[in-house]
Amino acid sequence: MAYDKFNILKTTAVPLPIENVDTDQIIPARFLKATERKGFGDNLFRDWRYNPDNSPKKDFVLNDPTYSGKILVGAKNFGSGSSREHAAWAVYDYGFRCVVSSFFADIFKNNCLNIGVLPVQVSAPFLEKIYTAIEADPKTELVVNLPEQTITLSTTGESESFDINHYKKDNMLNGFDDIDYLLNIKENIREFAQTTPL
Amino acid sequence: MKKTLFDKVWDSHVVHKIENGPDVLFIDRHMVHEVTSPVAFLGIKSRGIPVMYPERTFATADHNTPTINQHLPVKDPLSANQLKALEENSKAHGISYWGLGHEKNGIVHVVGPEYGITQPGATIVCGDSHTSTHGAFGAIAFGIGTSEVEMVLATQCIMQQKAKSMRINVNGKLGRGVTSKDVALYVISKLSTSGATGYFVEYAGDVFRNMTMEGRMTVCNLSIEMGARGGMIAPDEKTFEYIKGREFTPVGAAWDTAMEYWETLKTDEGATFDKEITFDATDIEPMITYGTNPGMGIGISNGIPMAEAVEGGVATYKKSLQYMAFNEGDNMIGKPIDFVFLGSCTNGRIEDFRAFASIVKGRKKADNVTAWLVPGSHKVESAIKEEGILDILHEAGFELREPGCSACLAMNDDKVPAGKYAVSTSNRNFEGRQGPGSRTLLASPLVAAAAAVTGKVTDPRELMQELV
Repeated sequence: MAYDKFNILKTTAVPLPIENVDTDQIIPARFLKATERKGFGDNLFRDWRYNPDNSPKKDFVLNDPTYSGKILVGAKNFGSGSSREHAAWAVYDYGFRCVVSSFFADIFKNNCLNIGVLPVQVSAPFLEKIYTAIEADPKTELVVNLPEQTITLSTTGESESFDINHYKKDNMLNGFDDIDYLLNIKENIREFAQTTPL
Repeated sequence: MKKTLFDKVWDSHVVHKIENGPDVLFIDRHMVHEVTSPVAFLGIKSRGIPVMYPERTFATADHNTPTINQHLPVKDPLSANQLKALEENSKAHGISYWGLGHEKNGIVHVVGPEYGITQPGATIVCGDSHTSTHGAFGAIAFGIGTSEVEMVLATQCIMQQKAKSMRINVNGKLGRGVTSKDVALYVISKLSTSGATGYFVEYAGDVFRNMTMEGRMTVCNLSIEMGARGGMIAPDEKTFEYIKGREFTPVGAAWDTAMEYWETLKTDEGATFDKEITFDATDIEPMITYGTNPGMGIGISNGIPMAEAVEGGVATYKKSLQYMAFNEGDNMIGKPIDFVFLGSCTNGRIEDFRAFASIVKGRKKADNVTAWLVPGSHKVESAIKEEGILDILHEAGFELREPGCSACLAMNDDKVPAGKYAVSTSNRNFEGRQGPGSRTLLASPLVAAAAAVTGKVTDPRELMQELV
């Protein structure tokens, strides 16, 4: 599915300094019943964000007007658990285009890359710097520069580079997805399939 | 060059390599279920392309199905709609479909092996993280997202970078009452819920060699709970014996050809792993979790660790205990519980029901416990009846439900209420996993059975028959 191209993102960020955030928290299973990809942002972090009576939980960061922006700053082992791509959809649909963490769970990271959310892995000390800066001033902007593969704190100019493989980077910059690529080598696949019995 | 089992299977499925990018990996067999597939089918529809190899995809309904009255129309309109979508998509594309009520219906990772869809040396994917289960047969099997489901439907390939390799050895003899589930929970507790992220694991050593195929499935199933992409065990005589004669297993000359390949599926002597860890079987006792991720497990006779003794964030740890309403240092034994769930792709097979029955036989379900016993498939359900296990369960005051994922992820009505404790044989104890506000204690079928008859966390060894 097509997504917006990603180039340079300059925005404030929402801090979520909790470790091992699993995809059941990002979107609980009972909201996976749709047959189309729409509206998942409404249920992003549903049970952390709302009380059972659907009133907002005031102390949860997404309900705090102090914080806003297109970057979600998670802590270590973000996105563990279920492979549900709905978690990445919910993040995107809510309005985030980038998730920062010191360590991502594998499947969630892949899912993000496939749908246009950029996972940016930073060192633990740099993650702390980001949290400290946002705590000091929630209007602190982060600059995520995909072509340069850098993330910068606009207040102090402190910067760190991040990894992304060349192929995925190119996809994100251009809004391509893997199926476009695979369909182009369909004949190779067909030949290969003949060598592997069902 | 010396190769690991993982190398052998992966390398033989690479269609194309992209420099500084992912490999294009050919997928032999693809399983789909109702929850993670509809958007993928919509995707190929909007692109106007067909399913490239429909005979390589198998569909079953499991995540979002009721476990009672399956012969009646599904009440929840959203669930019914999702099930209908799977049926229509399967039929439209010529994919074999084992829907609700079909004799072969069951949890995707239970029916795959049961019907021989799962084979050594194959690449198997499904939009479900517990696809790692199939690694028990020496397959590379792992969970994928919906975009990747669409890729497999459209091209029978996905694009992924090859994972790093890790070997986990467990040697020695397991103690009484210590099962494959305990081995897995023990390893996860040592590695943490992210300790194997970025790796594909091979399990080796006497303990896994001596395990039954079902035990191996439980271990491989839980690989994802330490962050691993997947886990696998080299196939051996036990593996070949298990798969022989199943519906989708090759026969005749095709079997012989397959065997030639399968017998090569072991890590070469001298091959190296990026990481190797060894544990001693005698250190493992029946396990139980006390927190909100599967790495938060302890031997059942131990106390809950103090925050200072735990690696990682103290705040996260304390938040977790607060959710569970447990205190640092608490003993787990004797904690009252409300629900017991026996089932899931982790422990919903016949051996799990045999183990559960061995404890509850001649005893009664505790009055304070609601028990959901959910077979992983109709085949498991039939075996429970044929082996007389159902009678034992009934006499002890238990009911058997119909197959499905059920309370493992509580998409259907099998939800543990807020604040209640469930001893569960499933795979995740995340906040709210078994229903909003629910509190899950992961354990083996033996520990679940001991809790079901005593109404509290109990060491199953106290209830086991003395070995003659």
